[in-house]
Amino acid sequence: MKSIRFPAALAAAVLILSAPSFALAQPDPGTPPIDSGATAWMLTSTALVLLMVPGLAMFYGGLVRTKNVLGTMMHSFAAMAIIGVIWASVGYALSFGPNILGGFVGWNPKMLFLADDTSAYRINGGVSCIPELVFAMFQGKFAIITPALIAGAFAERVRFRGYCVFIALWGLIVYCPLAHWVWAPDGFLLKMGAQDYAGGTVVHISAGISALVCAIYLGSRRGYPQTAMHPNNLVMTMMGAGLLWVGWFGFNAGSSLGSNFETARALTVTQAAAATAALVWVIIEAIHHRKATSLGLCSGILAGLVAITPAAGVVGVSGAMALGALASLLCYFTVIAKTRLGYDDSLDVFGIHGVAGIFGALALSLFLRHENAIDLANRFGPNWSVGHQLGVQAMAVGIAAAYAAIVTIVLVVLVDKTLGFRLDPVRENAGMDHALHGEHGYGLLNLQ
Amino acid sequence: MKLITAIIQPDKLDEVRESLIKAEITRITVTRCTGHGQHQREDQGEDMFRGQLIVPDLVPKIRLDIACNDEFTDIAVDAIVAAAKHGDGHIGDGKIFITALEECIRIRTYERGGKAI
Repeated sequence: MKSIRFPAALAAAVLILSAPSFALAQPDPGTPPIDSGATAWMLTSTALVLLMVPGLAMFYGGLVRTKNVLGTMMHSFAAMAIIGVIWASVGYALSFGPNILGGFVGWNPKMLFLADDTSAYRINGGVSCIPELVFAMFQGKFAIITPALIAGAFAERVRFRGYCVFIALWGLIVYCPLAHWVWAPDGFLLKMGAQDYAGGTVVHISAGISALVCAIYLGSRRGYPQTAMHPNNLVMTMMGAGLLWVGWFGFNAGSSLGSNFETARALTVTQAAAATAALVWVIIEAIHHRKATSLGLCSGILAGLVAITPAAGVVGVSGAMALGALASLLCYFTVIAKTRLGYDDSLDVFGIHGVAGIFGALALSLFLRHENAIDLANRFGPNWSVGHQLGVQAMAVGIAAAYAAIVTIVLVVLVDKTLGFRLDPVRENAGMDHALHGEHGYGLLNLQ
Repeated sequence: MKLITAIIQPDKLDEVRESLIKAEITRITVTRCTGHGQHQREDQGEDMFRGQLIVPDLVPKIRLDIACNDEFTDIAVDAIVAAAKHGDGHIGDGKIFITALEECIRIRTYERGGKAI
C-alpha cells in the first residue's frame, strides 16, 4: 500500500509545482528581442564561473595535509550541490525580486523554483534582453563559490554535516540579502552609488570577513602553529589557481551582462591586474627570502583577481595594474602578520579575499576611468568628488563587513552548539578523509 | 642496540608521533605500507566465498622504524602501544617487531655504534 501511495503523492507534487509554467508558456508580447551575442557570452561565462569551484577545490585541496585532501575538496563540491538546490528553489527569488521587508531582501514569487522560464532580463538600457534563466544561473554560480571560499579558513577541522548546514544558512541569510542590496535594481547600496562590478563586496569581502570570524571562533588546528603543516600537493594547487584565473574571466567580463566594449574592458583589466599582482608577489618574495615560490605566484594571482573584481568595469589598464601591485603588497604582509597575531585562517581566506577585496572596493575610487568619473558626476550632481565616492565605497564595505560578521557569528555558534561544527581532537588527528568520509585521497603516495 | 619496527593504523600516526616525541624519541623513519593480517580475515570471515578462494585485500598501514640503544627500547614500545590503540584495543591496531641491531653508522662523521644513534 505504502509503495503505491508514495509515487502517487510524488506525481501530484510534481504536477502542482509545475502547474504555473503551463500558464506562462508564451513570452510577454512587450519583450525586447533576445541579444544572441550577449546570451552566448553569458552562457559561456556561467560555465566559466562554475569552473572556478573545482578550481577552488584543487587550490584548497592541494594546500592541506594528505589526510584532509578529500574532506577539503568536498567543501567546495558540497557547495555546488547545496547552494545549487537552494539558489534554484528560493535563492534567486530572494536576491533579485523586488524589495520586501523594507528592502532587506527581495521576493519574486514567479521565480520560486525559477518557474517563469520565458521571462526576459533586459540589458543595454532595455533595448534587448537575455533569458532571465541565463542571468539566474550566472548569478547562481557566484552564490555557490562564496560560501565555498569561507571553507579555507576552517580547513582540516570541521564536521561535514555542520559545514553543510552552515553554508545553507549562510547562503540564505548572508549572501541573498547582500546580493540584493548590491545588485538588484532597487538594492539600497546600488542606489547609494556604491560601485561593485563583479562582487568585491558581495563575494570577497563577505566571505573574507565571515572566514575571519569562523577561524577565530572555531580555534586553531591542533598543533598550530608549532607543528609544520605542509601542503600535500602544490601541483594541484597550481592547477587550481590556473583554473581560477581562467574562470575569473567569466566572473568579471560576464558581469558586464552583455557582449560589448565594456565586456572587453573588464576582461582586459582582469588579465592586467592578475598578471601584475602575480609578478609583484614573486618579486617581493625574491627580495625578502631570495626565492620565488609557486604558492607565492598563485597567491599573487588571487590577490590581483580579487582586487580587480569590484573595479573591473570602472578602471583602466594602468589603474588595474596599480590595484594588482598594491593588493599583492598588502596581502603579503597580512599573511605574515597572521602568524604573529595567532589566529589560524588556514588557507588565508581573510588574508587574500578579505584584504584584497576591501582594498579593491575602496581604491577603485582613486583609479576611476575618466568616462566613469564623468558618468558618476552626472548622476550624483556637482557635489560628487573622488573623496565622496571613497566615502560611499567605505560605507558599502562597512555595511557588508558588519552584516556578514554579525550574522556569521550567530550562525557559527548556533551550528556548533546544536549539530557540532568543530571536529573533536581524535577525529581531527585521524584526518577528515578517514574519520568523516571513510576514504583516502591517494594510494601509496606521500604521508603528510 | 635494537631496531624497533612498528606497523600501525594510518589514523593513529599523529598520536603515535606525539607520544614518541613526548618520550623524547624523535629519530624515526615513517613509511606508508600495505599488508594483510588478522584484521582482514576478521572482516571477511572465511577465506572461501561461493566456492572461490578469496585472496585477502591489501590494507594500508604505516610502518615506523626506530633504531635505539637497549635502555630506550621499552620506553619506545610503551609510547607506541599507548598511542596506537583504538579505545581498549581493536583487531588491526598493529604489531611491533624488535630485532637486534648489529651496527649503526652516522654518514656525516663515520661514528659507529650507540653514539651514532
